[in-house]
Amino acid sequence: MTSLRGLIHKEWLHIRRDRRTAAVLVALPVVQVLLFGYAIRTDVDDVRLAVVDPAPDSATIALRNRFASAGVFRNVAVVRRTEELEPLFGSGVAQQAIVFYPGFAQDLGQGVPAKLLIITDATEPNTASLLQSYAQAVVDGYVRSLPASHARPAPAPRIVPQVRMRFNPTHESSNLFVPGLIAFVLTIISSLMTAISLTREKETGTMEALLVSPLRPWEIIVGKVTPYLAIGFVSVVAVLIEARLVFHVPLRGSVVLLLFEGGLYILVSLAFGILISARTSSQRLAMMGTLLATMLPNVLLSGFIFPVESMPRALQLLAYAIPGRWFVTIARGIMLKGVGLEYLWPQTLFLASIAAVLLTASVRSFNERLE
Amino acid sequence: MRRILYLTQAEVLHIVRDRILLAQVLIVPVVQLLILSNAATFEIHNTPIHIVDLDRTVVSRGLVSHLAANGHFRIVEATPSADRGDEGMSRGNVSMVVVIPRDFEASLVRTGVGRVQLLVNAEKGSAAGIVQSYAAQVLNQYANELASGRRPLYQALGDSMRWGPPSSGPLEVRVRPRYNETQNYKHYMVPGILVGLMTIIGTLLSAQNIAREKELGTLEQLNVTPITRGQFIIAKLLPFWVLGLVELSLGLVVGVLVFGIPVRGSVPLLYGVAAIYLTVALGIGLWISSLVETQQQAMFVTFFIVIIYLLMSGLFTPIDSMAPWVRSVTEVNPVRHFVTISRAILMKGAGPAEIAQPFLILAVSALGILTVAVRQYRKSAS
Repeated sequence: MTSLRGLIHKEWLHIRRDRRTAAVLVALPVVQVLLFGYAIRTDVDDVRLAVVDPAPDSATIALRNRFASAGVFRNVAVVRRTEELEPLFGSGVAQQAIVFYPGFAQDLGQGVPAKLLIITDATEPNTASLLQSYAQAVVDGYVRSLPASHARPAPAPRIVPQVRMRFNPTHESSNLFVPGLIAFVLTIISSLMTAISLTREKETGTMEALLVSPLRPWEIIVGKVTPYLAIGFVSVVAVLIEARLVFHVPLRGSVVLLLFEGGLYILVSLAFGILISARTSSQRLAMMGTLLATMLPNVLLSGFIFPVESMPRALQLLAYAIPGRWFVTIARGIMLKGVGLEYLWPQTLFLASIAAVLLTASVRSFNERLE
Repeated sequence: MRRILYLTQAEVLHIVRDRILLAQVLIVPVVQLLILSNAATFEIHNTPIHIVDLDRTVVSRGLVSHLAANGHFRIVEATPSADRGDEGMSRGNVSMVVVIPRDFEASLVRTGVGRVQLLVNAEKGSAAGIVQSYAAQVLNQYANELASGRRPLYQALGDSMRWGPPSSGPLEVRVRPRYNETQNYKHYMVPGILVGLMTIIGTLLSAQNIAREKELGTLEQLNVTPITRGQFIIAKLLPFWVLGLVELSLGLVVGVLVFGIPVRGSVPLLYGVAAIYLTVALGIGLWISSLVETQQQAMFVTFFIVIIYLLMSGLFTPIDSMAPWVRSVTEVNPVRHFVTISRAILMKGAGPAEIAQPFLILAVSALGILTVAVRQYRKSAS
């Protein structure tokens, strides 16, 4: 036990002496969450709209004004011919276009259906469907505002949805992405920290010394992980405060539970870093491997940006093995929904099991090296 | 010229001999492209919903069967009270609760307006907005069917419905999605992920390469040879540059054969831009390697730069949604411009005129970063 304490103390001295690295380790997550919190959003509130109006008349002007005053549309071009749209769409100057046909007001006046075409740049389907429903809403509003002679002879039945966005009523992007970002940034920082500490021992040859010392493999790992667990924990607290103060992300559930889960998650990431650096021979391979294995899968499979539910079945199963996926669910659950362990125990259990498996595996790989 | 050739040859031998590295560089990205393109989707299929039908009439049941039949939704449970729905939402296995109030049919018949409550789990990322708009579509469609009397239900109810015969509205609105008519998310993601993978591999390999020579001490040996700085850098980067283009080709083949992504624009144009882009990516790597001492440092710096580049490139979330000041920051991000160009050429069939602006920025970045990197790299022992 004293030897274990000695190792922890040694590791702690390393950190304290290298203040710059320690500062970087704590500050980086804060800076990244700040940057990405403003960058990772999916709100659509500025639509670049082009208008094709071959023969402007009172009705087309009225509808155009409705688009202009809707708040989300910004008119970037008014052209006379549909062909002129091509370069606007191609270069991305316009995202959406409304196309009028000559005689719009006249048709409306005579009760002939007036033609209107809405073209949307659908390269990104998600934004496209939102844009379409925005435009549709503006047109619907216009139709309803028309005098009765224009409208249908009898009122058509309407089913009006009353929508309540639960857990995030303002539909604020940062509420969704900041809890996810915390998971993402922590993974990277944590695997980085263990990589630093282990490869340094390897480089300086002191790893051999540790291995022949009376320390047992699990003691080496505990000694290595504990100080970094503490630093990681400080990062978690810093990032949570930032989420609260800068992005006004609510924290509806228990802070203690969130901190506990954060600690558990950091433990998983640290163990993963240890396993990788203990298993690989050359630095180059280890680094390429870690990078390819963690960076994109963590963005894409954790549900941090893309909902896991939308993925094909096989990938959903694969996502079970991604610790970030569980932490994202837990963090959102506690922060946005205010739920506790009574709903989150399965996720916590998964996270704990992954931690157990990874720690066992890294102790094992240390054992092998001893022989 | 011959010097460059020899050094390049040495470099190629290094790469080819390291089988594991070669596999990592060529196979892993293809596998990632195959897997991750499936993950990056906001498409809604089988979204679990919970129905609370308090009305229990012919019309309300018709609405429920419409929701069930449309393919976007999967009804996990239908209960007569809203409590269970709420619980499912807290647990996270229900994405939307549809509450049909008691007087739904009556109100629809009497006033022509029926209200339905949609409780959407907005925690489910940006999919929440889509779920809501799909639900609204189904409601609209159902209302129209009721109006047009195509449903036997309408005839059965006969005179109790006071809606007039189907009439065309005052407007005939047609909607046309351009470029991605089938709204296939993979067609959007594959050209982007391709760029992401090229960036990771290119920047990382070049950053590590020179750092490794530094560590091994072989850089000193090269420094005392008569080779010039420019020659050295060209010889170092050339193999990775070719590797990057090979990567692009592999990715394109996979994209077209497996995901059926459209290739509407000119492929030579794409390769031309990729050639310029790769010099930027490799140049950044080179610059990093000249700043650091060890492979490890090279790795960390690359790691952070690449993460920032990728997350702020519009690859995963649209540039247009970012905060205005972040949007201006992304102008200096080469990944952003190549992602834009790659999507424009492949999906929109854009020609040189449409991509001129981002291309110009890329070209300027290439010149800038190479100049900086060459200046930074000194043939000195220190």
